[in-house]
Amino acid sequence: MSSAVVSTSAALSRPFVFDAEPAPEVCPDLFSVGRPPQRICLAETGNLASADPRLSSITPASRLDIRPAPEMASSGIAAIDVLTGGLPRGCLTEICGPSSSGRTTLLLAALAAATRRGEFCVVVDASDALDPHSVAAAGVDLDCLLWVRCGDDSPQRHRVIEKHGNQKEGCPISRASFAREVGAGEACPELVEWAGLSSQASFDFDRTSMRQSERRLEQVLRATDLLIESGGFGLIVLDICDVMPQAARRIPLTTWFRFRRAVEHKPTVLLAFEQQPIAGSCSSLLLKLGSAGKSFTELARSSVRDIAEKNHQTPAAEQRKNAAHGASRGLADEDEKAPQGRKKICSTAQTTFDLKNPAHSQLLTELEITARLDCSRLERKPARLTSTAFVSNTAWAG
Amino acid sequence: MPFACIYVPNFPVAAVLRAEPELRTQAVAILEGKPPLEKVLAVNEKAASIGITPGMTKVQAELCTELVLRLRSFVQESAAHSALLDCAQSFSPRVEDSTCDTALLDLSGTESLFGPLPEIARALRHNPRTLGLDAHVATASNPDAAMLAARGFSDVTVIPSGQEAERLGSLSIEVLFADQPRDTEKEGEAKKEADRLLETLDRWGIRNLRALAALPEVALSERLGQSGLHLQQLARGTATRTLVPVEDPLVFEEAAELEHPIILLEPLAFLLNRLLEHLCARLASRALATQELRLTLDLDNHTGIDQEFENFGIPSESAVAQNEAQSAPQYFVPSRQGTFSRTLRLPLPMLDAKLFLKLLQLDLNAHPPGAPIVKIHLAAEPARPRSAQGGLFLPPTPEPEKLELTLARIAGMVGENKVGAMELLDTHHPEGFRMRRFMSESRHASTPQKISGQSEEKSAVTALRRFRPPLRATVTLENGQPTRVVCAKKKEVQGNVLWKAGPWRSSGDWWEREAWARDEWDIALQHIDSVALYRLVHDLLGGNWFVEGTYD
Repeated sequence: MSSAVVSTSAALSRPFVFDAEPAPEVCPDLFSVGRPPQRICLAETGNLASADPRLSSITPASRLDIRPAPEMASSGIAAIDVLTGGLPRGCLTEICGPSSSGRTTLLLAALAAATRRGEFCVVVDASDALDPHSVAAAGVDLDCLLWVRCGDDSPQRHRVIEKHGNQKEGCPISRASFAREVGAGEACPELVEWAGLSSQASFDFDRTSMRQSERRLEQVLRATDLLIESGGFGLIVLDICDVMPQAARRIPLTTWFRFRRAVEHKPTVLLAFEQQPIAGSCSSLLLKLGSAGKSFTELARSSVRDIAEKNHQTPAAEQRKNAAHGASRGLADEDEKAPQGRKKICSTAQTTFDLKNPAHSQLLTELEITARLDCSRLERKPARLTSTAFVSNTAWAG
Repeated sequence: MPFACIYVPNFPVAAVLRAEPELRTQAVAILEGKPPLEKVLAVNEKAASIGITPGMTKVQAELCTELVLRLRSFVQESAAHSALLDCAQSFSPRVEDSTCDTALLDLSGTESLFGPLPEIARALRHNPRTLGLDAHVATASNPDAAMLAARGFSDVTVIPSGQEAERLGSLSIEVLFADQPRDTEKEGEAKKEADRLLETLDRWGIRNLRALAALPEVALSERLGQSGLHLQQLARGTATRTLVPVEDPLVFEEAAELEHPIILLEPLAFLLNRLLEHLCARLASRALATQELRLTLDLDNHTGIDQEFENFGIPSESAVAQNEAQSAPQYFVPSRQGTFSRTLRLPLPMLDAKLFLKLLQLDLNAHPPGAPIVKIHLAAEPARPRSAQGGLFLPPTPEPEKLELTLARIAGMVGENKVGAMELLDTHHPEGFRMRRFMSESRHASTPQKISGQSEEKSAVTALRRFRPPLRATVTLENGQPTRVVCAKKKEVQGNVLWKAGPWRSSGDWWEREAWARDEWDIALQHIDSVALYRLVHDLLGGNWFVEGTYD
């Protein structure tokens, strides 16, 4: 039995190509049950549809619409652009990682790149965590950035707080009654602290923080829905980095699917920053960020060694160590090689610092951030590069 | 020189029907006077057909059960009169405001814009309908002939030049005395004079204008004087006078007085929708838009209104002033006279009644008036409509109308001061910023410059994620430096300090009550399998330690 050569090249948007040689093929009748396969000739398939009108309603795979490759926008970081080709427009991109893994650095870089292109951006901030000074330092045009600060400051709650605002300087009893009145234990643990209540005696913060996260997530999702529908934004960012993963995982998959469908034909980059991937197959791109684990571990080990050996050191050496602001023991060996008055504080920093005039930048400059492409549904072939690294700098170096 | 006249018959009734269009299918009578001596002032056709006539007492009119009685509303009549003038001004800049129900237009030169006179007349009749008024329209070669034709004939009348006497001849002689002066003092004298002339003409057997026009001028002058001659000239359509155009002050206000107080927001929205539609139609007729809407509600409960407002969270005077200083989009000012005011400021001139209604609804949901409403007053500040042309190669921007609605909805969820653009303040305070209104079109003109100016790509910047409010922490110190941090609220923020940098001391506002002084430390803590960087702050005035944020 000879078989017809059928080459599928849907990716190239070409139709199926059949072998020129007429050859018989076994084609089961899809609509008949219990009937044996019939030998038909593919050359006569043109008459098949006319023979069975039900087949005419089936769209051949060769005529199916092929989703065009999305337009890519720069993420603002060259290493990420090399890794992923940029951020896809009309798609959902997930960027996840633990604390201090460079998520906000990437967020601000993407915002800066988008505003440089003249696009309007929006950050739906679940935890009200964005720092305006960091945003400005990253080069984001503040006029083009809409910031939605989610939280428990709903108008109704705000009214009650304002009503009791004059009692702020009052006695703890009135504060406590106020906190109970507004249900602070359920939604706003900060109010509980302000009211001077014992957490164990009054509220279960684990449960309340979960409810708080869910309430904030609800605001985030509703706001995102409205913003996507509104249209006109080049970049929409969902910042749910500080939302508990247990709460974030409870977002229905249909919500992500709706977001994906809503942005599908729009020139909008939809970014979700989170601790763990939660959108499943709805995200077109999944990036996992992390700090340079090796260097940090080394530093951590050396620091632990420092603490362990602290008792055996002379006060002068301890004082010198404290002056170095956590310089590791391994770095002390390099002090001799370093120029006078300057020393290298860590292997990742690769920078020399003036120990006499320390600044924020000494700890924060050139933090090494790794990015791993975990999943990409943009191309059929897997990406060649699956991980990359970049460094971040401080903008307020002293 | 062609003139046109727009005349609204039964103006008091028309004003009420404009505010309550659902009454158009019913018999309506308008009452005037102080209780219990109210009398019927005007009636519509249906009321006239069932025997209701002006001058009847309220008790007599109430015998008819299907009759709807309404008190005369000068507020609604004023709004209807403004709408009539707006309609006239949309066709010609030279408009005479002769009486409350009549507007005269100079149409010279408008043919090239609106076509021949019949088309203009039809358009003039159609336009008031969009504003809720049924009008009669007539055009003639002089204003008085146009006015007589509008008052005498229904629908549209076009009188060619030279045919005035012939066309006006069939009109009743009462048409000449239908002009009601606005001044109430002169009204009585004018009415007496009109009655005297009418009686005289009636005794002569003069029933229509044709008969009056045919009288010999000298004999008429001898018997009735100059007024008689003037009436004859009017009847012949040969009276000439100069049109006195008015300069409209561009006041766009609509009001509705309610017989029964409204408690729920839903029926209020229904009434607001009607008022907004009228306002937008008037603005559109003048090719204008609005950037500010003022809603004033007269409340029923005068006593204890302050308490009600307090329950709904009225900000203090300082808070209102602060909002204004920060160019807050909306504020409301309760007064002691039992009124409730809200001002809706828009970033750009807009003209969309549905959008305005949604915005007002969202605003009233967030700030309910707190007492039953007896009167609604809505005013729009006119502004030139925005003219913007999007560039072919510019990135898309949010539509201002959609964006405004979206922002209002989001503000309803998260709070008014929680959505917008950030603006840095000239201070070293760590939270030295404020929120301001986000506008999508403010930087259209400057976009190319900004793009070219910022073409240089910056490298990634280590960013701070703030904990708002900062997390209180227990810090163990050795030699004045933190070695261990424990944060009760965040379990992951605790442990030995792996490395640290600092302190960096800063202080400010020492001349004010909100003085601050702090030492900042950058610390690294072990976080499961990685290291996390935090900013630790020592409040020098309070003596407490806080974890202010994490570097991410």
